[in-house]
Amino acid sequence: MNIKSIVILLVGIIALPCCVYAQMATDSVVHREVSEVSVFASRQKEIIPVQKLSGEGLRNLNAYSVADAVRYFSGVQIKDYGGVGGLKTVDIRSMGSNHLGVFYDGLQIGNAQNGTVDLGKFSLDNVEEVAVYNGQKSDVFQSAKDFGTSGSLYIRTRRPVFSNGRLTNFKMSLSGGSFGLKNVSMLLERFLTKNLSASVNAEFTHATGKYNFRYHKVLEDIDGRRITAWDTTGTRQNGDIRSLRLEGSVFGSVEDGAWHAKIYYYNSERGIPRAIVRNVWTSSQRQWDRSFFVQSMYQRRLTDLYSTKASAKYSYDFMRYFNPDTTLLYVDNRFRQYAVYGSSANMFAWNEWFSSDVCVDYERNWMKSDMAMFPSPKRDVLLAAVALSLTTSKINLQVSLLYNFFHDATTILMPIEKEVSRNTKKLTPAIIADYKPVDVVDIRAFYKKMFRMPTFNDLYYTDLGNISLRPEYAEQFDIGVTTGIQSAIDWNIAVDVYHNKITDKIVAVPKGNSQFRWMMMNIGKVSINGIDMKSSLSTNQNQNVQGRLTLSYTYQKALDMTDKNDDGPRGTYKGQISYIPRHSGSVVANVSYDGYSFNYSFIYVGERYHVSANIPENYEPSWYTHDLNVQKRLCVNNKMEFVASAEVINILDQQYDVVLNYPMPGRNYKIKLTLSI
Amino acid sequence: MTKRVKFVVDLLLLAVAVCACRDDKQVLTPQTEKVDSSSVDMPHAPKGFFLLNEGNMGSNKATLDYYDIISGEYSRNVYASANPNMVQELGDVGNDLQIYGGKMYAVINCSNFVEVMDVRNAKHVGMVCVPNCRYLAFAGKYGYLTSYAGPVSIDPNYKQIGYVAKFDTATFQVVDTCFVGFQPDEIEIVGDRIYVANSGGYMAPNYENTVSVIDLNTFKELKRIEVVNNLHRLKADNHGQLWVSSRGDYFEQPSRLYCIDIESETVVDSVSIPVSDFDLVGDSLYVYGAEFSYETYETQCSYRIVNTATHQVVCDNFITDGSDAMITVPYGLKVNPWSREIYVTDARNYVSPGRLHCYSSEGHLKWTVVTGDIPAHIAFVY
Repeated sequence: MNIKSIVILLVGIIALPCCVYAQMATDSVVHREVSEVSVFASRQKEIIPVQKLSGEGLRNLNAYSVADAVRYFSGVQIKDYGGVGGLKTVDIRSMGSNHLGVFYDGLQIGNAQNGTVDLGKFSLDNVEEVAVYNGQKSDVFQSAKDFGTSGSLYIRTRRPVFSNGRLTNFKMSLSGGSFGLKNVSMLLERFLTKNLSASVNAEFTHATGKYNFRYHKVLEDIDGRRITAWDTTGTRQNGDIRSLRLEGSVFGSVEDGAWHAKIYYYNSERGIPRAIVRNVWTSSQRQWDRSFFVQSMYQRRLTDLYSTKASAKYSYDFMRYFNPDTTLLYVDNRFRQYAVYGSSANMFAWNEWFSSDVCVDYERNWMKSDMAMFPSPKRDVLLAAVALSLTTSKINLQVSLLYNFFHDATTILMPIEKEVSRNTKKLTPAIIADYKPVDVVDIRAFYKKMFRMPTFNDLYYTDLGNISLRPEYAEQFDIGVTTGIQSAIDWNIAVDVYHNKITDKIVAVPKGNSQFRWMMMNIGKVSINGIDMKSSLSTNQNQNVQGRLTLSYTYQKALDMTDKNDDGPRGTYKGQISYIPRHSGSVVANVSYDGYSFNYSFIYVGERYHVSANIPENYEPSWYTHDLNVQKRLCVNNKMEFVASAEVINILDQQYDVVLNYPMPGRNYKIKLTLSI
Repeated sequence: MTKRVKFVVDLLLLAVAVCACRDDKQVLTPQTEKVDSSSVDMPHAPKGFFLLNEGNMGSNKATLDYYDIISGEYSRNVYASANPNMVQELGDVGNDLQIYGGKMYAVINCSNFVEVMDVRNAKHVGMVCVPNCRYLAFAGKYGYLTSYAGPVSIDPNYKQIGYVAKFDTATFQVVDTCFVGFQPDEIEIVGDRIYVANSGGYMAPNYENTVSVIDLNTFKELKRIEVVNNLHRLKADNHGQLWVSSRGDYFEQPSRLYCIDIESETVVDSVSIPVSDFDLVGDSLYVYGAEFSYETYETQCSYRIVNTATHQVVCDNFITDGSDAMITVPYGLKVNPWSREIYVTDARNYVSPGRLHCYSSEGHLKWTVVTGDIPAHIAFVY
């Protein structure tokens, strides 16, 4: 992508909505929009703009998993190993996926072993809303964990709504498509009493994961023309998946309050597709996952002054990794992770403009493995936060201070068997300010310093772990503005400029003298300057024809500052860090009329480098995909609703890698039928 | 409505405009730079050498560089430029490089084959397919290749024994195999015996501790010489001895150098220095060691010379000008047998370009050049 097209894109993002606004303002019908879909929520308590997708907007996207949906947000990069079962992790603002907290119905999904959550495992089947926050959710009334990550992703599942005096809702979906994908899901919601309802949801997925891919390279002939050097095709193997998800929830309400409880079970078996390298294209590694958790949350306003929120969770995660390939190291390892968690948040609304929150969380993580020399680590986490909020009509200010205490204990087995325990105590601040000079303009800024703890793998993994690791810090500075026009159509735009600094970054470095021996070390430094832009345009809801257009753009200059001595044209110093594009963006357009809905989405990820030595050998070209989705909704007697949808993904059949040597699927299709009673 | 349609069309046009500039990946192009202008052409001296860069596992970035000693020019990516039509270039993780009978053999470990090239131009000639192949040696018309790959079996408790594959250097077909110990590494042929250093690397912490002795003619294992855990390097000297290195167990047992008397096939001596790799010229065994210390959490490097006649360390640091401080992770070593110039590679952080340092016979740094990722294996061209 050259500079010219970047300029076109930039100008387009800013100017197009203006032009369209000018055109559309002349349309005769003028209504206000009260849409379920909102890219920028303007809840009073949320100062930092949240990027979110919900309701129809989410359903219309060509997204199968939560990972597919968050690609449309600005500032977000996905690492995707391809296919339905391929690992998908998310990184916001180049800080690394370990700095992102993932919350499912309000409670964090932990992974003490490796610190990242595979978002490919969370289908969108029962998800109502996906929201991404930079820094933290700027809600004063929240648990200490909500303050405890540098960025967060909130996944909210569907809550029962009973209309027209109905006592039972039933929904069933069937879908199928490329890669041998078969998916069936069922949802049953039941009204029990005035203050109690329940839901049960089940989903089964199976896919062969097979798809064709093409790799080719070019070279320049004597005249400087590009000719094909080599060109080859293959079928992606061992990408199959079978998964089952079961969820049960109970929702209750009390006077000035509410509670819910959830039980969750996920079971999957999948193949682990390998890197496509010369002469070796197939693999036989397998992975089994079982996740189980129960969680509950209770919230109540007891007096005008005092509200309280309590939550608790128990989770168990099992993972088995199996390599039966006898030409390689035979591996059959099982890992079991456990966590218990409890939290209490207490808000005092002192008056109209001043409120405060005091919250305490406790969590214990422990794990077991049959891997040779892997110890059985335990971690106790105590988080306590105080947050203050000042709210006037023009100014919002939030200050929070989080006390983090981690106690790690285990008996390590190497180099010699000994008991080790360590305490980590840190105080981390965040300050968020927002100023509204006029009604339609919102200027905000935030600063946050947070860290991520070394994971169990970082500390103890056989041969790789390093028990002397320190936390990895992320410091964020952000300033942004949101503005918009609400008229016949709504238009808004948000722009944020930010600077992030990662210090003591935990990276694997060579140990001794072998490719197979690495050690985790606190040596990395990254300096990130970025711009996130998001603009959307939508018609109001009362028109026959509904339209919505969302554009997002991200610029990131994320430089590796680790090794000053590795300077020069082939060096890593001040090179763009691995897999972070300078430019990326998305366009989503939706038009609906008379039960028909038409959705077009486009994702662009600019050129990247596999590592921070930005040389031709490490170059990865840009990629972009165009996706289409057509949907028809049919109501029968206001009682039954059928929805049929058809999708074409990657219409231009573009062949690309997100991660080197992991080919992504070309053009693929999906159809889905949903029946609601 | 029409305005909206026009808008959508405009938007699509914009999208197409943005997308039309997607670059194709290019085959790696050769890059040549002059690094030395002091060399002279002598009749029996090496004319140059090839350097095999391993490339990080899964990256498929093994590359081949060439240094022309006469012109002092260093060229990167010579394989891809000599074979631009080869699908996926050289492959994943180079592990050994040997020149024999006008052909060059590059062992590509994770790609499960040996790439055979014409030594004059690095052009592809053929391939020898052996899974998880490690190191090479030659005798007569055959090549001998060690492999970690175990027999096909679904027994979860099976022990993954390795083997030596014997291949025909004319047809590149494997003609025979001989099972040896667990995870065999370097291989050396002396007279009519093949010696193989067994590591047992996959069996950690229950490492293998033997050198296998194979009869060259019958290609059957004759015996095992017990040495010490986790053997790696193996080289014969001019005194009827085999020098073998142990990686140690990385914790309690340090890496060590051992000497085997070939006639009696017994261990006769050990030298208390860590060994990552070595090279032999005359009676001088150049040894470097890179040992990770769990006390300092650093890799400690040493560069020594052992006299193979006296078994004594005769030089504690063959880099005499202090420039060894520039080396992060020494990864390969070769000594020019004619000029005694010393080449040491630095793998740095394993994922970005490494360095090749050239030292004079006195141990002074002459020049440094940027290589591919994980520069490791050098083979001289005469």
